[in-house]
Amino acid sequence: MKFNSLLIANRGEIALRVMRTAKRMGLATIAVYSDADANALHVRAADRAVHIGGALPRESYLNIDAIIAAARSSGAQAVHPGYGFLAENAAFAQAVIDAGIVWVGPPPQAMQSMGNKAAAKRLMKAAGVPCIPGYDDVDQSEAALTQAAAAIGYPLMIKAAAGGGGRGMRLVAAQADFAAALATARSEAQNAFGSAEVILEKAVIEPRHVEIQVFADTQGNVVHMGERDCSVQRRHQKVIEEAPSPALMSDAGAALRRQMGVMAVNAARAIGYVGAGTIECLLDNDGAFYFMEMNTRLQVEHPVTEALTGFDLVEWQLRVAMGEALPVRDQSEILRRFESGGHAIEVRLCAEDPAQQFLPQSGRVLAWQVPASIVATAYSNVRIEAALESGLDVPPFYDSMLAKVIAHGRTRDEACARLAHALDDIVLLGFASNKAFLAACLRNARFAEGAATTGFVAKEGAALLPTVRSGTEAGLLIATALYAWRAPADRPHSPLAGRYVLPLRIEIDETIYAVCLKPLVDKGFQATCAEEAHEYRLSGRSATAISLRTSTGIETIHFAFSESRDPLVGEAQWRGRRYVVRDLTLVAAQVATAGAAEAVVKAPMAGRVVAIHVKQGDAVVKGTPLLVLEAMKMEHTVAARAAGTVAAVLLAPGAQISLGQVLIRLDA
Amino acid sequence: MPVWETSINSADAAFAANRARMLAQLDEARALERRTAEKSTAAKPLFDKRGQLLPRERIALLLDPGAPFIELSALAGYTFDTPDPDKSIPGGGSITGIGFVSGVRCVILASDSAIEAGSIRPMGQEKMIRAQMIALENKLPYVHLVQSAGANLPQYKVEGFVRGGAIFRNLARLSAAGLPVVNVVHGSSTAGGAYMPGLSDYVIMVRGNARAFLAGPPLLKAATGEIATEEELGGGEMHASVSGLGEYLAEDDRDGVRLAREVMARLDWNRHLQPAALASVLARGANVKPPRLPAAQLLGVMPDDPKKPVDMHEVIARIVDDSDFLDFKALYGPATVCGHAAIEGYPAGIITNNGPLDPDGANKATHFIQACCQSGTPIIYLQNTTGYIVGKAYEQGGMIKHGSKMIQAVTNATVPQFTIMCGASFGAGNYGMCGRAYEPRFLFSWPNARTAVMGGEQAAMVMRIVAEGGAQRRGETLDQAVLAAQEKKIIDNFERQQSAIATSARMLDDGIIDPRDTRAVLGFVLATVDEAARRTLRPMQFGVARP
Repeated sequence: MKFNSLLIANRGEIALRVMRTAKRMGLATIAVYSDADANALHVRAADRAVHIGGALPRESYLNIDAIIAAARSSGAQAVHPGYGFLAENAAFAQAVIDAGIVWVGPPPQAMQSMGNKAAAKRLMKAAGVPCIPGYDDVDQSEAALTQAAAAIGYPLMIKAAAGGGGRGMRLVAAQADFAAALATARSEAQNAFGSAEVILEKAVIEPRHVEIQVFADTQGNVVHMGERDCSVQRRHQKVIEEAPSPALMSDAGAALRRQMGVMAVNAARAIGYVGAGTIECLLDNDGAFYFMEMNTRLQVEHPVTEALTGFDLVEWQLRVAMGEALPVRDQSEILRRFESGGHAIEVRLCAEDPAQQFLPQSGRVLAWQVPASIVATAYSNVRIEAALESGLDVPPFYDSMLAKVIAHGRTRDEACARLAHALDDIVLLGFASNKAFLAACLRNARFAEGAATTGFVAKEGAALLPTVRSGTEAGLLIATALYAWRAPADRPHSPLAGRYVLPLRIEIDETIYAVCLKPLVDKGFQATCAEEAHEYRLSGRSATAISLRTSTGIETIHFAFSESRDPLVGEAQWRGRRYVVRDLTLVAAQVATAGAAEAVVKAPMAGRVVAIHVKQGDAVVKGTPLLVLEAMKMEHTVAARAAGTVAAVLLAPGAQISLGQVLIRLDA
Repeated sequence: MPVWETSINSADAAFAANRARMLAQLDEARALERRTAEKSTAAKPLFDKRGQLLPRERIALLLDPGAPFIELSALAGYTFDTPDPDKSIPGGGSITGIGFVSGVRCVILASDSAIEAGSIRPMGQEKMIRAQMIALENKLPYVHLVQSAGANLPQYKVEGFVRGGAIFRNLARLSAAGLPVVNVVHGSSTAGGAYMPGLSDYVIMVRGNARAFLAGPPLLKAATGEIATEEELGGGEMHASVSGLGEYLAEDDRDGVRLAREVMARLDWNRHLQPAALASVLARGANVKPPRLPAAQLLGVMPDDPKKPVDMHEVIARIVDDSDFLDFKALYGPATVCGHAAIEGYPAGIITNNGPLDPDGANKATHFIQACCQSGTPIIYLQNTTGYIVGKAYEQGGMIKHGSKMIQAVTNATVPQFTIMCGASFGAGNYGMCGRAYEPRFLFSWPNARTAVMGGEQAAMVMRIVAEGGAQRRGETLDQAVLAAQEKKIIDNFERQQSAIATSARMLDDGIIDPRDTRAVLGFVLATVDEAARRTLRPMQFGVARP
């Protein structure tokens, strides 16, 4: 059925992505937004925007009634759910359809049959699709599950039956850990999906995660678009996705691709599927693959497929929803495009700290800059999907993914190098992100070999964390750039500028550097710190960056400040890595060095207090769990960093807390 | 505007010799400045240990990054503390200058507290008073960073004591004129020095180190028998909480500097600045073009022999915007050059010498000065003068009255005047070309500058002729050896006092500048007086009083 207007029941980059195609097709676009998103980019990009409720997802983006009401009041003729939130909620799809609005997605029955992992597995087994041995029975008693776990053997996975995206998912190594893991998986599943039902699966050790994109129309055509390899994951969530899979690049791989493709098309046909869907499989190193689940929606990583095939998958979705036939139905033509399409890689840029087990971060985006080379040319072969801008507040209520960066190349190496450089050049300041971590992954030798499996991040570990070549060098460079940056922009460097040595004191990532900076004639500086001395010359400046000529080349340091008066507090980015910077030059010595010994426990992120494990007077040791926070839909335990006695607990369960808020005081 | 066709060939030998000499003289002056700074910096370990900043570090952190700073009177007092030129430490015990603090153009004065405990050394008092006069005249707030043992007792002079009162008088005048006075007490500011914070509008005291009392424990015990600690008598905490002498208590030197910057920021000082005329703003903006000829060549323009003529157009063309100079009366009295130009966008009249001042030249200069006063155009004097011309024809041509007219014009000019000593400054030429006694707003010297009532040899010659004339009248014959010795003494005395270093040591200028910086320095002082002209102060009868 034709439609002229489209409501996008989502936020962030995917809302913008869907709108872009909708606008190109001449559709009016309608955004929805929560209290936390009134200022968000997707609201401004839409032709109109409708408020749907509070900041918490269940009050807004998961609130079916509010969204249906918004669609009705705005006269939307169709609804696109994006991914996440209600995208795989059959009840929502049904409600849209019942409201007489076109649902851009599969029929609710198809969603339902795949929405529950247990039911889906049963269905797929019946259709002859290979599945991982496991337990997917309706009996959810702890006894039944424990018994089933023993029968499957360890290690095994617990998964939320209704879920996806890694939430409610736990890897259990041994029997002893089962009960605790089951409890948290159930709790997360209940919170995230409204159902505590779980399934158990034998853990296939270090498999690849390979998925097949399928597409079906209402006229009985079903095609697949080859695979995507999403093996690089952390917290069971994908961070790097690519096509083709490095495991399927040989002739044998091409055969396996066809085999998996046929399986995927059959699976889609078996449930009467319509629209975009993805069959996720585990591929072991013998080339055996197992059905894991089907995602009945557009995937985050769909741009990888778009890069190879040249198709606009959102356009396909909308055309199918309009009742049209698939734009290309010749499977061999699609495979030809895929196999001659070069290589594409996507990374998910997330507000999370790789150095703290990928703990989600939130806060204000101090700087978001996409390199001019990417913006300015259509030939850069780098695509950025983001809903970011400097000054935007990233709320703690939603997924930590901020942006996707996709690079396309003739070869995997080319795409890889392109993407790593793009990540270096992108400026993202304001909170920790996985930007440098992603670049390190792309430059990792194992990854370059195409040998990364789902165990990649755990195995490479610290090697993927950004390192400083020399702390002192960073200190000297950043201190000098900071001084130059503070100079008035209209006359950045007077020929009569002071020539006295400045005793600067700059804190970078919690280390204080005493830098003696001597301005020289002709925009030069001599910077000295602990026997290390460098000469720099100011070679360029913008509102947000300083370029310094060094003995070997030019280094550019980007700055963004949250506090621009003394003491200057903010962040710097140099060679793709982020540094937290405080200018302590004019701060009294005792104030500058205080804080280290504070016996307080501060919130490592913004979120909600779910549980408090200690009370006043309790003795704790290093590592004792103190409380549990929920943020970005994940639960995090805050543990004691040192032994002591709880002097005060400053809040109660349910409290909404901000980053850095003092939660508990300890007496040493 | 015709582009100035330079006749300077930087490849020729004379240029190279001039350049080498100029660089050597510059280096000599800079080496003396460095001597003071190095002497002061030698105390770094001690200051570090005490958790204090060196005076130059205090200034460096006080100033806005990258913004211009002109240090003044750096050689003041050279050879006055000791006649030994190799041992003398110039500077007078303080560092003064004009710079920007939180965007506010200020006069800054800091005790050079790492040398002789920051006591005021010979010429130091004059230097401080000059800095205060600059603040008053140019409507600049005044920031004083004190850590000083006060007057230098071993070198006590009663006239110094009596005249020193002007330092306090000027603080009172600054406040009354509507110019904020900010004082950071980093250390001792005792006895008479205690009136420095007392007469300041905003006082920041550094906890533990600040000391302000009229009599310290020993004097107190001697005078009255009372026993008290320094902290009780004049500590920062006491003054901030009990006496009310301090407004802000800083935790250490860095914190004190931060507070001084913050106080300056809070004044919102430029809020009352009248905006510049739109045309001037445009001229001063992106349209300002640098000179077409390189400033570096200024090093090789001036010959060693003042009798060798220099076409000062060569200097002008390397200083003014776009080398663009409109000659005034180019064909009349050509030995005196007058004309209009702009420096960093600020229009200025320029007067300089291509030969002795003669009646036509004096008339022309008088005319030009009056015309500049009519249009409100600041005047820059580039001195390279051997004086007013002598001879029968000129005396009969009215040289005295024409020269007097020029001195009247210079003296009573209503526009800001600036003087650069580019080479020779002899005789009444020093006066007519706005020498120090004519109180130009600023006066700077190139390192090669020479100032004297006449050349030493001429003076000696005059004395020989006078002596010979007397002897002849008395019918005596003179001992040629005695005469030669006397001649040498006269020449030596003249030579010793005529160099830029000697005159700078005597506070006869505001400092020696690198000729290559001339444009930047003039641009800065022109901006300073332009800002002053656009600023309306809020004077008050007695200044701000502390309750």
